[in-house]
Amino acid sequence: MGAEDDPSASLKTLAAPVKSAVDKFQLLPAFLKVRGLVKQHIDSFNYFINHDIKKIMKANDRLVCRYDPDLCLRYTNIYVEEPSVDMDFSVEKLTPHLCRLSDRTYAAPIKVDIEYTKGNQANKKPEIKRGLVIGRLPIMLRSCRCVLSGKDEAELAKLGECPLDPGGYFIVKGTEKVILIQEQLSKNRIIIDTDSKGRVTASVTSSTHETKSKTVFFIDKDKIYLQLNQFIKPIPIMVIMRAMGMESDQEIVQMVGRDPRYGTLLLPSLQECASERIYTQQQALEYLDGKVGSANSARSGNRKEGLARAILLDVFLANVPVNQGNFRPKCIYASVMLRRMMDAILNADTFDDKDYVGNKRLELSGQLISLLFEDLFKSMNSFALELLNRAYEHASRSSPLDFVHYIKQDYITNGLEKSIATGNWDVKRFKMHRKGVSQVLSRLSFIGALGSMTRISPQFEKTRKVSGPRALQPSQWGMLCPCDTPEGEACGLTKNLALMTHVTTDEEEGPLISLCHSLGVQDLALLSAEELHAPGSFLVIFNGLILGKHRQPQRFANAMRKLRRSGKIGEFVSIFVNEKQHCVYVASDGGRVCRPLVIADKGISRIKEHHMKELRDGVRSFDDFLRDGLVEYLDVNEENNALIALYEYENDKDDSEKEKDDVKRSSITHIEIEPFTILGVCAGLIPYPHHNQSPRNTYQCAMGKQAMGNIGYNQLSRADTLLYLLVYPQRPLLTTKTIELVGYDKLGGGQNATVAVMSYSGYDIEDAIVMNKSSLDRGFGRCIAMKKYTVVKETYSNGTSDAIVRSNKEKVGSNMQILDDDGIAAPGEIVRNHDVLVNKFTPRNTRDRVSRDIDYKEAPSKYKGPEGETTVIDRVILSSDTNDKLSIKFIVRHTRRPEVGDKFSSRHGQKGVCGTIVQQEDFPFSERGICPDLIMNPHGFPSRMTIGKMIELLGGKAGVSCGRFHYGSAFGEPSGHADKVEDISYTLVKHGFSYSGKDFIYSGITGYPLQAYIFMGPIYYQKLKHMVLDKMHARAKGPRVMLTRQPTEGRSRDGGLRLGEMERDCLIAYGASMMIFERLMLSSDPYQVQVCRQCGLLGYYNHKLKAAFCSMCKNGDNISTMKLPYACKLLFQELQSMNVVPRLKLTEA
Amino acid sequence: MPRVSALDMPDVPMGQLPEHLQLQRTRVVCKADAPIHTEAIQYSGAYASMGVDNSLRLESFCKNFKIEVIRLTEDEMEFDMIGIDASLANAFRRILIAEVPTMAIEKVLMVNNTSVIADEVLAHRLGLIPLNADPRLFEYLLENDSPNERNTIVYKLDVSCRKGGPRMTVKSDQLKWLPNGSELEMEPPNQSAKPKSYTSFSCSQDSMPEFSKKPLGMKHEDIIIAKLGPGQAIELEAHAVKGIGKVHAKWSPVSTAWYRMLPEVVLLKDIKGDDAEKLVKKCPVNVFDIEDLGNGEKKATVSKPRACTLCRECIRGVNEELVELRRVKDHFIFTIESAGALPPEVLFTEAVKILEDKCDRVISELS
Repeated sequence: MGAEDDPSASLKTLAAPVKSAVDKFQLLPAFLKVRGLVKQHIDSFNYFINHDIKKIMKANDRLVCRYDPDLCLRYTNIYVEEPSVDMDFSVEKLTPHLCRLSDRTYAAPIKVDIEYTKGNQANKKPEIKRGLVIGRLPIMLRSCRCVLSGKDEAELAKLGECPLDPGGYFIVKGTEKVILIQEQLSKNRIIIDTDSKGRVTASVTSSTHETKSKTVFFIDKDKIYLQLNQFIKPIPIMVIMRAMGMESDQEIVQMVGRDPRYGTLLLPSLQECASERIYTQQQALEYLDGKVGSANSARSGNRKEGLARAILLDVFLANVPVNQGNFRPKCIYASVMLRRMMDAILNADTFDDKDYVGNKRLELSGQLISLLFEDLFKSMNSFALELLNRAYEHASRSSPLDFVHYIKQDYITNGLEKSIATGNWDVKRFKMHRKGVSQVLSRLSFIGALGSMTRISPQFEKTRKVSGPRALQPSQWGMLCPCDTPEGEACGLTKNLALMTHVTTDEEEGPLISLCHSLGVQDLALLSAEELHAPGSFLVIFNGLILGKHRQPQRFANAMRKLRRSGKIGEFVSIFVNEKQHCVYVASDGGRVCRPLVIADKGISRIKEHHMKELRDGVRSFDDFLRDGLVEYLDVNEENNALIALYEYENDKDDSEKEKDDVKRSSITHIEIEPFTILGVCAGLIPYPHHNQSPRNTYQCAMGKQAMGNIGYNQLSRADTLLYLLVYPQRPLLTTKTIELVGYDKLGGGQNATVAVMSYSGYDIEDAIVMNKSSLDRGFGRCIAMKKYTVVKETYSNGTSDAIVRSNKEKVGSNMQILDDDGIAAPGEIVRNHDVLVNKFTPRNTRDRVSRDIDYKEAPSKYKGPEGETTVIDRVILSSDTNDKLSIKFIVRHTRRPEVGDKFSSRHGQKGVCGTIVQQEDFPFSERGICPDLIMNPHGFPSRMTIGKMIELLGGKAGVSCGRFHYGSAFGEPSGHADKVEDISYTLVKHGFSYSGKDFIYSGITGYPLQAYIFMGPIYYQKLKHMVLDKMHARAKGPRVMLTRQPTEGRSRDGGLRLGEMERDCLIAYGASMMIFERLMLSSDPYQVQVCRQCGLLGYYNHKLKAAFCSMCKNGDNISTMKLPYACKLLFQELQSMNVVPRLKLTEA
Repeated sequence: MPRVSALDMPDVPMGQLPEHLQLQRTRVVCKADAPIHTEAIQYSGAYASMGVDNSLRLESFCKNFKIEVIRLTEDEMEFDMIGIDASLANAFRRILIAEVPTMAIEKVLMVNNTSVIADEVLAHRLGLIPLNADPRLFEYLLENDSPNERNTIVYKLDVSCRKGGPRMTVKSDQLKWLPNGSELEMEPPNQSAKPKSYTSFSCSQDSMPEFSKKPLGMKHEDIIIAKLGPGQAIELEAHAVKGIGKVHAKWSPVSTAWYRMLPEVVLLKDIKGDDAEKLVKKCPVNVFDIEDLGNGEKKATVSKPRACTLCRECIRGVNEELVELRRVKDHFIFTIESAGALPPEVLFTEAVKILEDKCDRVISELS
């Protein structure tokens, strides 16, 4: 191995003074180059394009005409090209940025090679056609088919792409869509659990390419039953065993295990079977035929015979393959399930935990798209076949029947595009109806975009009030971020990946199975029931399938691991010896979460200093570390066989200290690469998160996504509907390693503000902050809000279209001042509310055919924005949209300086609004003349316990005084990735500050010193997207709803402020009756009605005759006028329309 | 025995405060946890019972008030202001920051801007550039005034980056002074009217004696305004007017102006031997020194109390109070960092004049 390769190097390291530990940090950037962050999305998508799509094609590669078996089509190859679009009979390559700007889908053609025969052809020699397009597949950015893959920074810049953008999302109709990682219970595995009634159940969710089914065994009143959807009633388990050919009770008991306790537990079930008088396979199958559900029997035309056998073959434990009707593997599988159930009854510890991460699989975009594609491909084929069959029936046979004509590309193209655009995954074949699978990529901040790509959407619905799945799982360690989860209903269910997590993709099973056999696994077929659970031997289970048993499980596991470490088998294959269940689990399926760890021999890391040097010199890559067996991936299950140390033992530790540790050094098998990688991307931004109260970190994870800053190097050429940018974003003074790894130091989301922690002016209560006006003048917290307005030049069915006309600018006071000569507003112009953006005219007649002299009417598109604010047209983009209509996009820019009420937050979940803005001369200043940018109230600290923020302040202060960025990575103190407070204090003292960071401050108002030392220094502050300007609202008179004549609702409609029920209660309680009357009647919807005193119904006033009239009584004799809310009158009339007659009885009239 | 007030005891000197009160009155004592006696005692009769007059008398103020300039460079000045109350020193500081007028770019007429930097941001950046123009030679541009040579300075920026060339940086020296006023023409209200420029200068500024020698340029030539990519260009005209820092920080004549009270470090006891060396080592700014007493004995002394930054290392975590850190309440070390329009000493006299004006105004309003 690597260590032995170079004797001189190892000698040198031996001779060198003993170093405490090797700095393994450099492994992280090397890892992130190949895996991690969003690479799992890309990997899974690449897997789909390169392997899965071919498998799907192979599974459905033949189409044969119903009437003529010679008329057939066979797919021979399928492949995905680079993204392109057909434009006027020429193929043009697409770039992602072009798609974003012109609302296109970044999709590539899926091409197939086919062999097919044409109808009524003399020689039935198959024709070969290559490169037939069957549809367009949206392409994930940075995947292997994307134009961006493998490009360097300069080339990316040329394509208009940000080099820091991680990719991993799709562009559908111009919007960026992420397919969220879906969390699921693992397929094809036995899960022992209790159901809602408290019964012990063993369930297997089988999933193969052909079928999906769920098999449940449960114990009811000591008897075991099978529940399968195909059977109407639970079936006694022994009947099933009989039906599968296990006619001997003894063999069944032997198969479960010889322990007499198992026999006792099985007895009631055996007795029940006997009482049903079922002794033979034939009897059992007949019994089962009677229990098959009507839906199934109807399908096969009321032939019940043989149905049960088919169900047992295809549906029952569908993941266990049946060769030539041999039920033996299924029997064994069922018996293992029974055995595990018995174990669970005898020993409650052996229940499986559904929340255990090892029992979960993450479905990534590749798998989800593959599901969709499979369905669409099958549908497309059957649709094509259907068309062909129909054509065969009707064909006049003038032209030969050609398969190619019936393969419609739109089917797959539209299906994929629609699903990704809406996020609705409807696969009828698998009864899958999932909503919200894809989301719009949030581009509010760079971190927000990254964060939404590592998000895992939960398997449970959010409304369930359960604590189990929401709790932090110990097995989550290192795989899923413990901090990053939303607050509220999805708390704990929606999770995020940690920094070093990788999600596996499927791996070829065949070679692994044969490898297992050659390593001494005894095949099931050769084992008798008795031998199955012989003491000392372990069952070997491969991807949920029982392969056989092995007498020396540890040796087998070691051999497998050795092969994995030497790169002979895939690095993501996991081998897990379960001592409790006497099983060895080998897994190579996709969707397992795993992470890299340094391998240690008896507690000594295999990575030595010279390896790291080679890495730093660029000679060694992360894959070399894997290949040389220095690092390996462990999944959650295999972690249970490992003893992982946080740090390598230090050699200079004395013996007494060693004894204190509760684990022996020699038993350590692995060492963490860096402890801060247990956090995800969002939590990685927080400096010193391990000093904070944990919910604060969670709050920051949510808030970091709302912080403004830079979102990418291409931010100014993007056309997002809403974009917030900071004018002068900064890199945090107190950084973490994660920040550097993800590129947050290049695309910052905040500014370093000098903060004084003191109370000032009383406008700082409830977390409000006081800001220095001069700081704001100089550009602190200044931001740009860009909004997109789209105007489409519509074309109509009769061939007419809108016209955009040059305006007469000279008119003084017109709202057409900003129009250019082409009738479209010019970039750089200041645009005010109600200004015309496009001087558009629409034809009056859009339906009938008009020859010429089209009559137009004015239809200018006006800008609607806040009154009194100067917004500027930043850019105008003319492009054609998907329907080939001209669309004009205006990017309107508004630069804002902070004002009272704008929301700010530090990186420690400490949000606050700006309470007041104070002149600089009134601000306190220090002995060195430093004046803070903002003042924070010290009451923010005691209850929040954000010590990390205090250390950030100290570290920032030390950083500015010594000119070095300080670090605050999580748990970084021992490994030197976080500066210790002691060292920071030392730096502070060296530069003449107090060790505690507290300064002697003079009041800016009185000029005298303050009677306390003030904790002051720089803290990184984020400006959050919630700004007063977007929210403030007031109205006096304004628009009303047509129907009820009441004021409109909501800020966007300039709505009224509702005097609600509770406010009304207050007024009643207070007795302000006239006030209520005014609010609810006069200020709302007063209306005068004519009421007929006789019939009590509403009449009307005839303005011609100048008389009121009751249309019920047909006279106007007893009419009186009264006032009531219009909504009330409306209610009466609506009731009348439903045959309810409300009559008004007037006491005074 | 007849009762006698403690103050009437023969050993209490009349007309002079006892030591501890005198300390309270004249010094801020910076304890380890918090400073005490930070405020001055304002009431004139506060010590009347001790026969001490606490009132401020003009004669004594005139006699005692002193200014000693410590350091004076082009942009920076440090001076000691002795014998004055903090409220007055603070008034000068506040006036310096917020009320001494300067010239700064207020209006930017954008002709063309194809750079990445937005118009508003560019205008904001231009505003913050310090101008080398004496504000005393200008008048305020009032609301109904038209901009003329007495109240407006016009600059022009016309840069473009050659296509195919490298990127370029636009620096402040590329802003060119237009002594004849604006060169841009307003859109005429009707076609017959003569086009008017945005300013109405009656004469060229460089013909005026005040400016003919000293052109109204930038204070610093190397301030980055924008960066241009190939093919991008900026063309604009910037109008600078007079204003004060209260309105916007760009008009503040100082980067900052502040004072600190004179540090006084007192050794309460003799510190000798190792303790002395320890104390000397503790201080990061070398306030203490060691005096050789001969015969090998060493004693700590306070050599540079002025350097004390109040890091409080010398009094941190010590059980016995050996050192006391104090601030002299009526001795201010005043620092003015000029932004460049005026030299710092002129700024201070300007500030004094403004305070004088204010006082005059108060007096005239009262009488």
